[in-house]
Amino acid sequence: MNFIKNLSYRYKVPLMLSATILITVIIVSLLLAWHAHEDLKKDLFRNAVEVGSVLSNSLPVAMKHDDLWLSYQILNAAKVDDEGADSARILIVLDDEYKVYVSSDPRRYPVLSTLQQQGVELARVVKQIKHRPSLVPYELEQDEYIYAVVPMIDDGIALGTLIIGYSRSLLLSRYKAILVRAAYSASIVLVVLLPFGWFLGKRAVKPLIQLAGCLGKVVHEPLDKVQCSLVEGRDEIGQLGVSFRKMLLELQQKQRLESQVIQSEKLAAVGRLAAGVAHEINNPLGGMLNAINTSRHHGQQDAVTDKTLSLLERGLTQIGETVSALLVEARQESHELTPQDIDDIYVLLQPDAEQQSVTLHWQNALTTPLNLPSSLVRQLLINLSLNGIQASSQGGSVDCKIRETDKVLDIQVCNAGRDIPEDQIAKLFEPFVRMKPNGSGLGLWVSYQIVQQLHGAIDVVSTKGRTCFTVRLPLMAEAT
Amino acid sequence: MTMLKNSGAVRRWGLVILGSLLFSTAAIAEETTIRIGLTAVFLDNKTSFLRQWERYLEGKAHRPVEFIQRQSYREITDLLMKERIDAAWICGYPFVKYKDELHLLAVPLYKGKPLYQSYMIVPVSDTTTKGIEDLQGAVFAYSDPDSNSGFLVPQVDLLKKGIDPKHFFSKTFFTWSHRDVVVAVAEGLAKGGAVDGYVWDTLAQTHPELTKRTRIVSRSEWFGFPPFASRTGLSEASFRLIQDILINMKNDPVGAALLKKLNIDGFTRGDVALFDGIADEIGILDARR
Repeated sequence: MNFIKNLSYRYKVPLMLSATILITVIIVSLLLAWHAHEDLKKDLFRNAVEVGSVLSNSLPVAMKHDDLWLSYQILNAAKVDDEGADSARILIVLDDEYKVYVSSDPRRYPVLSTLQQQGVELARVVKQIKHRPSLVPYELEQDEYIYAVVPMIDDGIALGTLIIGYSRSLLLSRYKAILVRAAYSASIVLVVLLPFGWFLGKRAVKPLIQLAGCLGKVVHEPLDKVQCSLVEGRDEIGQLGVSFRKMLLELQQKQRLESQVIQSEKLAAVGRLAAGVAHEINNPLGGMLNAINTSRHHGQQDAVTDKTLSLLERGLTQIGETVSALLVEARQESHELTPQDIDDIYVLLQPDAEQQSVTLHWQNALTTPLNLPSSLVRQLLINLSLNGIQASSQGGSVDCKIRETDKVLDIQVCNAGRDIPEDQIAKLFEPFVRMKPNGSGLGLWVSYQIVQQLHGAIDVVSTKGRTCFTVRLPLMAEAT
Repeated sequence: MTMLKNSGAVRRWGLVILGSLLFSTAAIAEETTIRIGLTAVFLDNKTSFLRQWERYLEGKAHRPVEFIQRQSYREITDLLMKERIDAAWICGYPFVKYKDELHLLAVPLYKGKPLYQSYMIVPVSDTTTKGIEDLQGAVFAYSDPDSNSGFLVPQVDLLKKGIDPKHFFSKTFFTWSHRDVVVAVAEGLAKGGAVDGYVWDTLAQTHPELTKRTRIVSRSEWFGFPPFASRTGLSEASFRLIQDILINMKNDPVGAALLKKLNIDGFTRGDVALFDGIADEIGILDARR
């Protein structure tokens, strides 16, 4: 029972279909066989009546003339028709005193003998004949033989009675032949239907198997790797397929969203840390630089002290630059972003592009000033474009598209070149992640911080030798 | 009536003799068909053999020969008496009965003699019966009421033993042929039967599987073999012609082959005295009636 329960539907459904076919064929065969049996019995009786009616043309005359030999010959003539099954059929003519007038087997049923001593069945038949005088043939079914009782009539008077007995063994042998034939036919039908049923079953169950396989993948593989070919349609399994696909998509979206949230929270934490550290560093740094300045203005220093101070000043300045680079702030007051600001950047980038032999395709769709801080947007665009130029292979191109739709500034920078590996994409916007050997590792960090401060979104897609950065910045409210 | 018939026959004979004297050649060339009646005194059921014999006789007689067959002896005897046929192979019993109106044409030679016996047979399963007197209350098969071996002999046998044949058996029937008596006894339809010994012997050669199912209980005394008889009105020339052909059959190979198939040795002129035995039997039977 457990085995059947655990068996795959891949086998269960075809097996069930096959079993149904098998049972149907067997039941139909049995029904047909039963009908054949009944028909055979009827046929036998009809045949007996036919034989009887043929005999009733000539036998009564022979009986009337008491011509025993002629009667015997007439019976013998009727005896020849069966396939050597003479012993299976008995013909007995009784006279009006219910004694054997003549029989097809005189040794067994001698002339003038009575049938009462010839077994229970014949005794019963004779009793019936005595108690049921009839001018029409009738059937008497017994255990071993089926009897047809045909009265031998001459001018409306029964001169005697013809008993035709068919052995059931005869019926049985014919019935067996029919059964064998039926079995053959059934096997042929089964040979045709079973593979067909198996095929249909497999076909019906295929979507289910696929769905089960897919569900298994969801458990064992990362969601974004799950690839399923599912049959979708209006039947139950089809609906299940549709729902499953929908569920899978939602799961994938949810997972992506979760990882994005984690990513941005991580970046926000790093940002806060960087900003805090920067503030803490900036204050003493300013003091230290002021101290060096003061020391230079007041009093003569010897050469060694002067050299040391210069060294300290350069070091502290570099620290200051690094810290301020980490600390991106919308602190600067700046004018609105104009289309000209964007075009200026194109001019600004040309030398770098030429140096790298990279063509810069510039599509500036802006026509009116936008309410966004120009300095930040410019820095963002410069960072992304420079990154693109430097990441492009020699002779490549960088496409920059800038446009405004529905109060959102849309910046897209695409370049052809090596794909960014999956694991790097996740850390792309973290500080000090160097994509190129001579970079500071802060370009994209700064870009990300700017986007965050402007309440926008930045996204990167890197596939098939093309990397695209997309930035969407909502315009600020006019009210300010 | 008999007197009239006889005088008619004599007159006709006279004419025939006169005619044959005057036109002896013409008489031989007479083109009318010779009609010969056959009865079941021999195995008359082999049509192909009968055709061969017919052709043989035609070849010898230079005249058409036609065999006439009927179910019973009586029908053939009647045809002969009414002069519808010229001759017939009949049983000794009707021959003796009508011997005044018939001429003895030829008698077959069986085992070298013109004699035969009647056999009383029972099914081979019956091992106790020693004579016909043991078959009281049985079903008994006769061949033909006009047969010597198949009716007259058993009847007289019973009478001689002081038994009334009319009430001795529970049932009797006629099969109208000796062969069918053997069949009826072999199949168990009859518990006993009377059969022409010559027919039984011949069947024992050709159909041993049939005769083996019967047992001969007793053989009768010897009687004159069923003869060929002619009607009294048959022309002397035709009479001689048929007689010569039959008697000479054994002298040519085709005739000898036909005789072999008949299981007889040939034909002889015979003597009416051969049938005295049968006449005696008839006497006993008639006395009883």
